[in-house]
Amino acid sequence: MNKKDIFLVSAFRENSVWKQILGICSSLAVTNLMMNSLIMGLGVIFALALSNMTISLIRSYTPRSIRMMVQTLIIASYVIIVDIFLKANLPVVSKQLGPYVGLIITNCILMGRAEAFAAKNTPIDSFIDGIGAGVGYTLVLLAISFVRELFGFGTLFGFGIFGAWWTKWSIMVMAPSAFFILAMLIWIINNRYYKMKG
Amino acid sequence: MEISSFVLFWAAIFTSNILLTNFLGMCSYLSVSKEIESSFGLGVAVAFVLTITSGLNWIVYHLILVPLGLVYLQFIVFIIVIAAFVQLLELLVERYTPALYYTLGIFLPLITVNCAIFGVSLFMVIRDYSFVQSMAFGAGSGIGWLLAILMLAGIRAKLKERLVPIGLQGAGISLIITGIMALAFIGFSGIVNVQ
Repeated sequence: MNKKDIFLVSAFRENSVWKQILGICSSLAVTNLMMNSLIMGLGVIFALALSNMTISLIRSYTPRSIRMMVQTLIIASYVIIVDIFLKANLPVVSKQLGPYVGLIITNCILMGRAEAFAAKNTPIDSFIDGIGAGVGYTLVLLAISFVRELFGFGTLFGFGIFGAWWTKWSIMVMAPSAFFILAMLIWIINNRYYKMKG
Repeated sequence: MEISSFVLFWAAIFTSNILLTNFLGMCSYLSVSKEIESSFGLGVAVAFVLTITSGLNWIVYHLILVPLGLVYLQFIVFIIVIAAFVQLLELLVERYTPALYYTLGIFLPLITVNCAIFGVSLFMVIRDYSFVQSMAFGAGSGIGWLLAILMLAGIRAKLKERLVPIGLQGAGISLIITGIMALAFIGFSGIVNVQ
């Protein structure tokens, strides 16, 4: 498989969120604003790509019995970097994301890619796979937060789209809307998939 | 923060349910909820581990990490405490109560990666809870999670014979049910407010 295919497969065809239903916790919690989703997505891309590469680099030296623990510790180290970076440079966003930055560690996507891809492939391929899976995850986050921010606040990335006449839909700011929108997204994508398959 | 532990306990179950308002522990929630029995087993295990680890992590954080100035290591340390506790629990349960091991044992490895457990420890640090508050919040969150997964498993059992659009089967319909459950739980939100 060439590099471009690795990227495309892990970003779209085998997208972790809508295909494998992984990493749902954080994709629902941070999607009330597009800015938060984007920064969360970038954090995940960073941690995922680098942890994938590191895990792949040491894959032949890691004893099988403790590899889960090793993988978790590697992932945790990169997530700590993301957390410290956000606290120092973007304190407001860091405060809004709250515990969800730390929760990247238990995001099943990272563990899933480490087990499914990085444990068997070369470091460069694993790095690209990590970026692909991260981009796929970010796109889903942005899609959900697009709907939630547009109807819930009447803005996109903080810029006013609708004028003052817009009545904000308070349900879009609250938790249930995230469940409904993700379900709709999965429904639309599955239907397209079945149609393509015929 | 000056909220009584008793209020915090009930708030964690109903008004700020760990799953329905904070979206934590979704992965195992969606995949295990196919059967009521295994949902109950996992839920009980989560509730127990959550209560104990939130206490343990409070001790580790306030008595070890803060005095030594190692607060930035909290993520790694919390994960290790949780993993070690789950491993220990598995050994003990297997050794002393084999019957319980066969019903609950298979769920224990799943718990280490359940984000609800780790998330509660992080909330405890961010919201600056006291020891008793942390235990109460942990226990309430665990029971809230158990309640949520039991409700979903019950509804999904009823849904088995119904016709669901093919694109919605599995995760899709579970998410819609969860959304409706979350809407229902908003009804409780006027009672107490805990951020």
